Amino acid sequence: MDRRAFLATAAVGTATLAFPHVLRGQTKDPIRIGFPSPLTGPFAVLAEDQKKGAELAVDELNARGGILGRKVEVLVRDDQLKPAIGAQRTKELIENEKCQFIVGGLAAHVQMAINEQTKKSNVLFISVSQSDEISARPDGGPLTFHEALNPTITCRAVGSWVAQNLGKKWWIVYADYAWGKQCNMVLSETLKKNGGTVLGATPYPLGSAEFSAHLPRIQAAKPEVLMSVTPGADNIAFLKQAISFGMKKDMKIAQPLHWLANAKQAGADVMSDVYGGINFYWELQDTNPSAKRYVESFQKKYGTPPQDYGCYSYSAIMEIARGAELAKSTDSEAVAKALRANREYDHYKGKQWWRACDNKAFQDMWILKAREAGKTRGDWGLFDVVTRIPGNEELERTCAEKGIA
Amino acid sequence: MIARARMWVERHPVLSFFIFFAVFPFLVPYPAVATQVLTFGLFALGFNLLYGFTGLLSFGHAAYYGLGAYGTGIALAKLRVGSLWVGLAIGVVAAVVGGAIIGFLCLRRRGIYFAMLTLAFAQLLYFIGFHLADWTGGDDGLRGIPALPIWVPGIGSVRLNTSLAFYYFAFVLVGLAVAVLRRILDSPFGAVLQAIRENAERAAACGYNVRRVRWLAFVFSAAFTGLAGGLDALRLSVVPIESLYWTTSGQAVIMTLLGGAGTFFGPFVGAGIFLVLEERLSLITESWPLVMGAVFMVFVLFLPKGVWGTLLARLSARPTPGE
Amino acid sequence: MADLTLAALAAQLFTGLVLGMILVLLAVGLSLIFGLMTVVNFAHGSLYMLGAYLGFFLLGLTKNFWISLVLAPLLVGLFGLLIERVLVRPLYGRSIDDPLLLTFGLSLVLVEAARLIWGKIGLTLDPPPALAGAVNLGFSAFPLYRLFVIAVTLAVLVALWLFLEKTDVGLIIRAGSRDRLMVRALGVDLGRIWLIVFGIGTALAGLAGILAGPMRGVYAEMGVTIVIESFVVVVVGGMGSLLGAIVAGILIGEVVSLTTYFAPKLAEIMVFVVMALVLLVRPSGLFGETGLME
Repeated sequence: MDRRAFLATAAVGTATLAFPHVLRGQTKDPIRIGFPSPLTGPFAVLAEDQKKGAELAVDELNARGGILGRKVEVLVRDDQLKPAIGAQRTKELIENEKCQFIVGGLAAHVQMAINEQTKKSNVLFISVSQSDEISARPDGGPLTFHEALNPTITCRAVGSWVAQNLGKKWWIVYADYAWGKQCNMVLSETLKKNGGTVLGATPYPLGSAEFSAHLPRIQAAKPEVLMSVTPGADNIAFLKQAISFGMKKDMKIAQPLHWLANAKQAGADVMSDVYGGINFYWELQDTNPSAKRYVESFQKKYGTPPQDYGCYSYSAIMEIARGAELAKSTDSEAVAKALRANREYDHYKGKQWWRACDNKAFQDMWILKAREAGKTRGDWGLFDVVTRIPGNEELERTCAEKGIA
Repeated sequence: MIARARMWVERHPVLSFFIFFAVFPFLVPYPAVATQVLTFGLFALGFNLLYGFTGLLSFGHAAYYGLGAYGTGIALAKLRVGSLWVGLAIGVVAAVVGGAIIGFLCLRRRGIYFAMLTLAFAQLLYFIGFHLADWTGGDDGLRGIPALPIWVPGIGSVRLNTSLAFYYFAFVLVGLAVAVLRRILDSPFGAVLQAIRENAERAAACGYNVRRVRWLAFVFSAAFTGLAGGLDALRLSVVPIESLYWTTSGQAVIMTLLGGAGTFFGPFVGAGIFLVLEERLSLITESWPLVMGAVFMVFVLFLPKGVWGTLLARLSARPTPGE
Repeated sequence: MADLTLAALAAQLFTGLVLGMILVLLAVGLSLIFGLMTVVNFAHGSLYMLGAYLGFFLLGLTKNFWISLVLAPLLVGLFGLLIERVLVRPLYGRSIDDPLLLTFGLSLVLVEAARLIWGKIGLTLDPPPALAGAVNLGFSAFPLYRLFVIAVTLAVLVALWLFLEKTDVGLIIRAGSRDRLMVRALGVDLGRIWLIVFGIGTALAGLAGILAGPMRGVYAEMGVTIVIESFVVVVVGGMGSLLGAIVAGILIGEVVSLTTYFAPKLAEIMVFVVMALVLLVRPSGLFGETGLME
């Protein structure tokens, strides 16, 4: 081969290596789903569960031939719990990796930044974490779907049950940021509707982990229920400190959400007898056939039972598959329309459905109570199921209330 | 040949910038990353004016970045001014006003006290931004920034709806900022600035009003940083509350150091390295902050002049300040 | 909003004292290191975190809280010696900002290393049963463990004071803080002194960490905000002044606690407001000396 030909080949070869997507042909490309999630940072454990749920979904789909005969890939990216990074990763996933769909987000503010990018590029986005705004104006849109529970639904459900079963005089401690404030507002409203009183509400800066300054006042007020709207590490710190002040003996403690990983980290001594809401708990497999199938599949792949947040990403990816099969296309608008036209689905716990006006998923949830030390079953059997709260559109704001015509 | 190229770049820094960044989007895998290098580079450029050229370490540069971002964002989203240019201008003005006031208050102290005061004011702004949720969106961030078309004289209305189009829009603005910075540094004011960095007492003895020069440098620095913030508001279509948090200030420090404090192109080189590192590393390992921290430490210990600074020092026979 | 009773106020003040004690331990360490070496140790927060994690590790190993309480700070102090010798010493003579930047990078490395070694999920550090439970102080039931924290901090501060006032090494440290050049001119090997000071300062951070662990939990990010707060305390007290660090630490602890009671939303920002006010009135902090680090 003479020098020129060699150089030409080398140039082409290098170019192909540098820009590998040139190599791929047009047909039978894999379907790529981008997945931004906070793999580093304080919620890394939840993000890990999200990732596992997503990868399980992809495995199951590929085992039965993929979507429309094409292999499915999920591309996970670290959004570091920061909106700017989430937006940048989303741009990369769409522009560079040519993802057809985006699923993801853990923090509400990051989801909304991701959503701005997917809206700009007309890509279907299914959000898999708590947020009230993502399905309302101005954030929501025809290509923005919300799979997870949100503060309104969670707090109305948990709030009503607690007011009717545990006590009507509450003190609320809440993290002073969007999720905390929304929960506080909805919980207060719900309590009042149930004839109760909010004795006091204490905001605290998210992540501060130092609650002792608040506790003497709360003790003095003698509430029947202490409502703890404290996410992540704050939750454990708060419960520990409340217990050290002797408060568990004097009142019931409840929180809008339980997280299985959180309960494991805290230990039964801290968590025992605390009530909370959840979207999924693996022991439901005993009574729920969808749960049984899902838990077995997860257990087989990972060796541990599924937690809570992973279910959302699993379900979201399954929904993309279902929508694409129905629409016979990977075009985002077609898939979105297909999902709205065929609203019901059941991937891991029972019937769920999309509300057409705001692309909001409705689903069952449960109230759990953490078991005492000595009564837990193995590493993960940390809760008793108290009751099921069926999916109900009345637990959510109406589309009109969300600013959608 | 390299020496000749280097001398040409040294003599025509602004032109070099324009030439390189005109083709830059085609040298990287996708245009969005090129735009990021531009805006982050401008942020570091603003910081570098104060740190590298004036010798003042500020811990609170996120304040001007945030003021620029929120100024532009609020103007476009809440006040609905119909023009991208006006929105950006408002952002820059907000940053300049903030810089003027905060600079005036902080420059009464020096050294670490100065640095801590700049941090205090930045955190104060963060707190205000967090709680004025009706205007800023609070910790959800400011959304609803419209992607308006721009009016270009001679061409008409241009929609910036592709990544590449937005890149060239940012490219023009950042290029202008770079040109302005060059003018500042080449002017008598610029000479006094660097004199003060080298030896403030001597500059004062020569009759220069050190405090006033520093304050002006602070204000210019805030202007550049504010423009970066405004551009990012447009680039991301959101203004996250973290824009005002001290970790954002930290990023400017890291990028400037990686590139080379006190050099002209250092900030852009540093921004590029930082962004590439962050993106590529996070694909390889979830422990990428460890690698990033280690790399940073290596730089402080062995490459204190940064990549660009070390390159310049190696290539030159005599040291050339202000490149 | 807040129905103020004397009992509630007293409880609040006591809580502020505990908060202040942790800040004092951190600030004293920072101030020692800064006063003698003009090094701003940004890694102080991650050394605090390391103290808590090592406490957890030692507790698991020895099943004895008291042993862990003594060993963890010592280990952190040893690690501090290593840092000084290998990372900080080479920067002597260079820009005053370089150690700050270096320790900033170090803090990133340490936080991530902790995650790698101990996992992403936070850990629980339990106080010994002897310290569980609450004591009735008349105005409120106050957790015994928190009283313990106050006691330990006071004991350590007294020991430190004795060390600085009554020993030769202490004398050199005090002299070196005041006039570094003079001490060197007198022929003292400052290198050894620096090692000792860095070791003591970092050990104090480790102690603060293991003390705070049972109260707040042990997790990788625990040092991130508290390092900023401790810098504020040092600046308010006056960089290089130990008395300043103690006074400012307690002051800020009380300010935060009281603000939390009366206006919880402002608690976060009060720290900075206090700092800005103090600095604008007394440029070098409450007890600082002008000209130091300017």
